[in-house]
Amino acid sequence: MEQAPRDPERQLQPAPLEPLGCPDAGLGAAVGKEAAGAGEEDSGVDTMTHNNFWLKKIEISVSEAEKRTGRNAMNMQETYTAYLIETRSVEHTDGQSVLTDSLWRRYSEFELLRNYLLVYYPHIVVPPLPEKRAEFVWHKLSADNMDPDFVERRRIGLENFLLRIASHPILCRDKIFYLFLTQEGNWKETVNETGFQLKADSRLKALNATFRVKNPDKRFTDLKHYSDELQSVISHLLRVRARVADRLYGVYKVHGNYGRVEWSAIEKEMGDGLQSAGHHMDVYASSIDDILEDEEHYADQLKEYLFYAEALRAVCRKHELMQYDLEMAAQDLASKKQQCEELATGTVRTFSLKGMTTKLFGQETPEQREARIKVLEEQINEGEQQLKSKNLEGREFVKNAWADIERFKEQKNRDLKEALISYAVMQISMCKKGIQVWTNAKECFSKM
Amino acid sequence: MPHPLAGSSSEEAVGGDSTPSPDLLMARSFGDKDLILPNGGTPAGTSSPASSSSLLNRLQLDDDIDGETRDLFVIVDDPKKHVCTMETYITYRITTKSTRVEFDLPEYSVRRRYQDFDWLRSKLEESQPTHLIPPLPEKFVVKGVVDRFSEEFVETRRKALDKFLKRITDHPVLSFNEHFNVFLTAKDLNAYKKQGIALLTRMGESVKHVTGGYKLRTRPLEFAAIGDYLDTFALKLGTIDRIAQRIIKEEIEYLVELREYGPVYSTWSALEGELAEPLEGVSACIGNCSTALEELTDDMTEDFLPVLREYILYSDSMKSVLKKRDQVQAEYEAKLEAVALRKEDRPKVPADVEKCQDRMECFNADLKADMERWQNNKRQDFRQLLMGMADKNIQYYEKCLMAWESIIPLLQEKQEANGFQLVFIPWWSL
Repeated sequence: MEQAPRDPERQLQPAPLEPLGCPDAGLGAAVGKEAAGAGEEDSGVDTMTHNNFWLKKIEISVSEAEKRTGRNAMNMQETYTAYLIETRSVEHTDGQSVLTDSLWRRYSEFELLRNYLLVYYPHIVVPPLPEKRAEFVWHKLSADNMDPDFVERRRIGLENFLLRIASHPILCRDKIFYLFLTQEGNWKETVNETGFQLKADSRLKALNATFRVKNPDKRFTDLKHYSDELQSVISHLLRVRARVADRLYGVYKVHGNYGRVEWSAIEKEMGDGLQSAGHHMDVYASSIDDILEDEEHYADQLKEYLFYAEALRAVCRKHELMQYDLEMAAQDLASKKQQCEELATGTVRTFSLKGMTTKLFGQETPEQREARIKVLEEQINEGEQQLKSKNLEGREFVKNAWADIERFKEQKNRDLKEALISYAVMQISMCKKGIQVWTNAKECFSKM
Repeated sequence: MPHPLAGSSSEEAVGGDSTPSPDLLMARSFGDKDLILPNGGTPAGTSSPASSSSLLNRLQLDDDIDGETRDLFVIVDDPKKHVCTMETYITYRITTKSTRVEFDLPEYSVRRRYQDFDWLRSKLEESQPTHLIPPLPEKFVVKGVVDRFSEEFVETRRKALDKFLKRITDHPVLSFNEHFNVFLTAKDLNAYKKQGIALLTRMGESVKHVTGGYKLRTRPLEFAAIGDYLDTFALKLGTIDRIAQRIIKEEIEYLVELREYGPVYSTWSALEGELAEPLEGVSACIGNCSTALEELTDDMTEDFLPVLREYILYSDSMKSVLKKRDQVQAEYEAKLEAVALRKEDRPKVPADVEKCQDRMECFNADLKADMERWQNNKRQDFRQLLMGMADKNIQYYEKCLMAWESIIPLLQEKQEANGFQLVFIPWWSL
């Protein structure tokens, strides 16, 4: 398995890609910090001047979403959403940005890109895509893919996906990624020409390996458990959060009913106070819409890491597969060596068909035996070479994968802390609004 | 200093006691209170003693709000459970302090149970039919599975009973009622109850005998207006009550979800290293908010809803007093009509018709005065109630605000520490 691109053509392009500030402060800040070393004028200056090469920065944004109709593979009409991806190169010296590329992509193309990256970078925790269908919804949001709020959040999610790749030290160099941003037509064909689907490990093979592997690296086993549990706990969290949001919505909205009671007709003195307090209750009731919309961004941040858990598991699976492969190869080699030894010494310790037939039908000639030994010796040689290279590959994989996992851990801790902070800030803002409204209402009551 | 009007008792005594002279009465300043009786009745000075009560009413109206002239204080507290062979019940301690002549001692402390209050109320209704008697909290608890002996229920009831007695205390006529006095002072109330002493006031006596057979032609405008007002008011209160109940229900359901939500962060925290503390912090924070919410819903249930219900009951009892008034008027009109048909009595109005007229006019006066007092008290009560509700909500949000603000530093803490290390790692050297 390779960590650097095999194909020299994919040895990439001059400019490293730097993320644009994300509309969502939580994500943007994290992503920004990740690449801060790459292009930040203040911090990276010294290392920057070493490579004038990297003077140009590139900014990526998914700026628009548009409904389209077209024909699908079965020649039936379908409606889908297309997203506009704009790439700008920023001159280091003057900070001016120039639009270099702009093209439209649909969700399925993003999926294709990701699947390709999964195959060619199995040791990397590949950033996940935003969800295909809206899940963990509470009653207000529709689960409809065409819903404008959903589309908007997906647009942000796709942008985030691209920024994550762009700020990844290894993935950002990939040519197919570069072409995704720059080559509108024929990109799909280009990807498919790499033949990545064929190189993909079969699910069955992977499953088999997971069950049968004897000595996986303990760190990966632990990581797998962690990612399982992370997935479970975040799912649970998102489900309950959705229910909490639903209930909170109910509480706020019911307060709006107070405002609908007409008092001024019958109450001379209390009427004004009651009516104006009622107005404040209306303000209270309508404030929940924005509050919950903001909370959706928090939920999206959690969802990203929910999906990241799957990416972590994929790396672990790859390790298990390689390890299993290695174990099988070693086992195979061992058995061949044993066979060889038995033939040479004439003792039969293990069962072999040849041995049985020999017993039944008579001994083979010394020449035949010699031939067989020769074949086996060749196979053993080959096997030993293969084992050596597999071992090497395995160790390289573990080393590189673990490096990326460490990088991922730091990113995760940073991002989630940011997310929690922004969540707390949202709650604080909600409390302050509540205090304001009730203080206003109280004042109305005091004037009664 | 004894109240200038304290010397004269309520309607029961006729003569003997010192009835303040008209001069003394006139000398008091009444502010805007006018002395003309409604419906063109005769002014206080020359009317029969039966209407002196209504005068007392009007004169004393403004004094109630001024605490300094109060000479009667009643408090309901210290609920205690009594377990007997036949039943278990709660009694409340009633403490009375007064400088009034009607009270032999300056201070009393007795124990009463709900049925004693109930007895008092019916006695008051009987003996003071022209006045609005404050409502009692509901006798039976229909809704839900409420424990009659739970702390919350007992406390809610105690507050309502206290309110009940305070309202009577504040009433210029009802507070002088003999039954009320006995309720506050008697060691053995049951013995007194058994005596069946009907200390009916003259007014009570007369109204009691009003036969219900008369049909009222037209309700005078002002009473019709009061009736309509009460109907609408009760309706709107009912709506508010329903809205409040719904809010509490939604809040409780929200609370249930919150109680599940917080702990999930704890579960997550157990999986993590660096994130463990922040996640645990968020979990604790949500827990604090849950507790604050529980306190809010408890307060609303115990303090807000019962008072609303009380006012609905109040409106209902007022409507029945209004009906009684209608009866009195109907009787008067019927008798008057009968007289008009009998030509021989023409120039002189017979005594019993005059009595009817008096009765009606007094009833009208009492009712109007009580209505005005009720409106005033209602405004104050609602002001207090609603401001209290707003306060509770403000306190809830303040508690939550504090909780969330306090974890921000916890969340940000290591952020700064790590941030510097990461920024300087050039990505291409990995």
